[in-house]
Amino acid sequence: MAVALILVLIVAGSVLFHLLSPWWWTPIASNWGYIDDTITITFWITGIVFAAVVLFMAYCIYRFRHQPGRRAVYEPESRKLEWWLTIVTGLGVAAMLAPGLFVWHQFIAVPKDATEFEVVGQQWLWNFRLPGKDGRLGAVDTRHVSADNPLGLDPDDPNAHDDLVIEGGDLHLEIGKPVKLLLRSIDVLHDFYVPEFRAKMDMVPGMVTYVWFTPIRTGTFEIFCAELCGVGHADMRGRVVVDTEQNYQAWLREQKTFRHMSARAGARIDASEDAGKESKTE
Amino acid sequence: MVPSGAVEGVLPGTAEGVPPAEADDLELYHPKSWVTKYVFSQDAKVIAIQYAGTALAIGFVALVLSWLMRLQLGFPGVFAFIDAATYYQFITMHGMIMVIYLLTALFLGGFGNYLIPLMIGARDMVFPYVNMLSYWVYLLAVLVLVASFFMPGGPTGAGWTLYPPQAILSGTPGGQEWGIILMLVSLILFIIGFTMGGLNYVVTVLQARTRGMTLMRMPLTVWGIFTATVLALLAFPALFVGAVMLLFDRVLNTSFFMPALVEMGQRLNYDGGSPILFQHLFWFFGHPEVYIVALPAFGIVSDLISTHARRNIFGYRMMVWAIVAIGALSFIVWAHHMYVSGMHPWFGFFFATTTLIIAIPTAIKVYNWILTLWRGDIHLTIPMLFAIAFIVTFVNGGLTGLFLGNAVVDVPLSDTMFVVAHFHMVMGVAPIFVIFGAIYHWYPKITGRMLDETMGKIHFWITFIGAYAIFFPMHYVGLMGVPRRYYELGETVSNLHSSDALNAFITVAALTVGAAQILFLFNLFWSLSRGRQVGGNPWRATTLEWQTPETPPRHGNWGKELPVVYRWAYDYNVPGADQDFVPQNQPTITRAA
Ligand code: HEM
Ligand SMILES: [Cu+2]
Ligand SMILES: [Cu+2]
Repeated sequence: MAVALILVLIVAGSVLFHLLSPWWWTPIASNWGYIDDTITITFWITGIVFAAVVLFMAYCIYRFRHQPGRRAVYEPESRKLEWWLTIVTGLGVAAMLAPGLFVWHQFIAVPKDATEFEVVGQQWLWNFRLPGKDGRLGAVDTRHVSADNPLGLDPDDPNAHDDLVIEGGDLHLEIGKPVKLLLRSIDVLHDFYVPEFRAKMDMVPGMVTYVWFTPIRTGTFEIFCAELCGVGHADMRGRVVVDTEQNYQAWLREQKTFRHMSARAGARIDASEDAGKESKTE
Repeated sequence: MVPSGAVEGVLPGTAEGVPPAEADDLELYHPKSWVTKYVFSQDAKVIAIQYAGTALAIGFVALVLSWLMRLQLGFPGVFAFIDAATYYQFITMHGMIMVIYLLTALFLGGFGNYLIPLMIGARDMVFPYVNMLSYWVYLLAVLVLVASFFMPGGPTGAGWTLYPPQAILSGTPGGQEWGIILMLVSLILFIIGFTMGGLNYVVTVLQARTRGMTLMRMPLTVWGIFTATVLALLAFPALFVGAVMLLFDRVLNTSFFMPALVEMGQRLNYDGGSPILFQHLFWFFGHPEVYIVALPAFGIVSDLISTHARRNIFGYRMMVWAIVAIGALSFIVWAHHMYVSGMHPWFGFFFATTTLIIAIPTAIKVYNWILTLWRGDIHLTIPMLFAIAFIVTFVNGGLTGLFLGNAVVDVPLSDTMFVVAHFHMVMGVAPIFVIFGAIYHWYPKITGRMLDETMGKIHFWITFIGAYAIFFPMHYVGLMGVPRRYYELGETVSNLHSSDALNAFITVAALTVGAAQILFLFNLFWSLSRGRQVGGNPWRATTLEWQTPETPPRHGNWGKELPVVYRWAYDYNVPGADQDFVPQNQPTITRAA
């Protein structure tokens, strides 16, 4: 029977495509191997269910297709069968949900030793900020944003003065060190997404979101903006470079502080009265 | 003794006896001219065809847009007239038209209007005049939407989710021009029009069922459409307020959804609003919307399978229960669209759990469909073929929903082409298959003629295999990490360009499927005059719409007397009966000689 056969071929084709085709996720570069494992479990369970349902249907179509004299069996319901199926389905769902929730908990619980970096999105580029020598990120507010202060650091906050500001450049991270990225946007929604890290989170103007991970292999990885942010959405790319400790330190020494940038722009943030007023009334 | 209806005591609503009429028969408005009969008609069947015709026409626009989008994705840079701005306008209009103006309007306004009165044995909807208005407001909404193609700046390119702030800013096509305004106005009109129709469908089902048509004897088609309408009446208000507030933010400079922000170096005059609030409003509507489309499809496909497999639907009560349970649960899962939106991460536990629970009643429906095929007498008619194709694609798309519903698995997949593949399978392709099946099934009732079978078969096979070939491989493009709503991958240090060949293949498949739809349209018109004439009940079905005195049914549906219902809708192959079906309005079963 053609129809039954085609259904069997659809199952076989899907399974073969899944197993043999070269299109698969990119090699992981963060600690989120657990996420890959959960996806693998889910693929197995759902794949089995899909094959079972479609093959059973193919069998029915073959076995019970209309032939002269055939009569269907009249059987309105079968309590027992329906309960069995419900229970088995419930177990399958639990087998996916339990590991899922477990890993979700890890995904949102940031380890204490994670270093905080900031990622700031704007149409259509990526900026970054690292805490300076004091190890703390200074206060920010979108109202402070101006040409010489693209990220809106608060000039009145002493913690902000030694922050390292990277405008449109690459972000470097050190291999093996957990990071907590604080995500912020100064205009519209964006989304920080690096396929190799498996991590992703929206950046929302007016609030700070976060994502954390530990890079586990060196290399250059591309940041894709994954939330529609206007015509430049697909062009909004950035780079994360995962370095060895040595290279990371070398890179770090080259970065400019907020004080340095402002001084170059002629603003005196130490006598911050005027600067603060200026950006407020702007 | 031959059971009357079904196994006594096992099935509800099969008790003997029919209650006396509680209300007098309805006196209908009688059209006096051609205009009141066919244009400003109050006959639900005419309104149904107006709804369906308009929905299919605007749906065709969305289909053409999908070809253009696929051309760009399959062969980037080859088609110079598609730039980033137009690409985003195409996806936005395509998505919105497909979901709202095609699927919602066709299932509820089209099939709802045609089938509810006929299937429950009523003469018409209970408020025919409001029903007529509903269509005209819908048409106005469509016209406003179409107008945005012709205004300066073109239609909005904000994505069908219309997320602020970008939706109303200048970085998005139509954001500071007419596009977004017309889109919001059109949605507001659509909801007004829908509410008029929706109240009608609900009241009609509750109040105008004929004698003997208890709720638990209703065909599942009516259950599906009825529950979906209730959902829509509860969900659309969220979109309505969201749209009004966004419109205010855009034209009156309020800040419901707009925080302080700096756009291209300019500090804008907004402060204190919450973009995430809009997302909650949108998805409080948007998730039930999936079921507004899915539940009528569930109902209709149940009836198609039962009729063409000549077997009672398996587990009718469980099916009704599942429809109602899915409808109720659909209101507490909305934030699974927002795992990576920046909402409080603890919500993830709650919404992942509710989302995976909803899989259970959904799975029960699938089991009962295939158990209806089991030990049936399966006629591989075109409606049956589409029903089978529905099960394949729905199961496929439903299962990938378990990936995206499970918060942490959603993290890498969210906003990639995996999501696009998933929702096309489950709420694009699967319901469209039901629509096709339903059109092939009810066309003879509407016109008195069958759609041409050869054209139907060609249409079916290309559409089924083609659609699967489009959307199954697309999951893997997303799994690799290609984000959705990407005009092009451009230069990249990632290895994502290795998906290029697959994308070209998908585009070829999409264009082939598109061509097959032209054959379908041709068939619709060709068979109007050339189709085989087949009489009032060609499928030998049990439900009331096949028992009308005339085909096509006249205004008022029934002759002098309303039908009286004696049994449920699924008496196929009742043991001992002389025919393999017993219509719902047949009092006793005639035994085989
Ligand atoms: C053969 C038929 C179809 C094809 C080839 C097709 C193709 C596409 C493509 C290429 C996109 C844009 C992907 C992206 O860049 O993000 C898209 C988006 C979309 N489609 Fe379809 N589509 C089809 C049918 C449908 C149907 C029947 C529905 C009904 C539910 C639908 C609903 C949507 C929605 C809601 C979006 C999202 C728009 C957005 O991102 O704002 N499509 N489709
Ligand atoms: Cu962005
Ligand atoms: Cu973006």
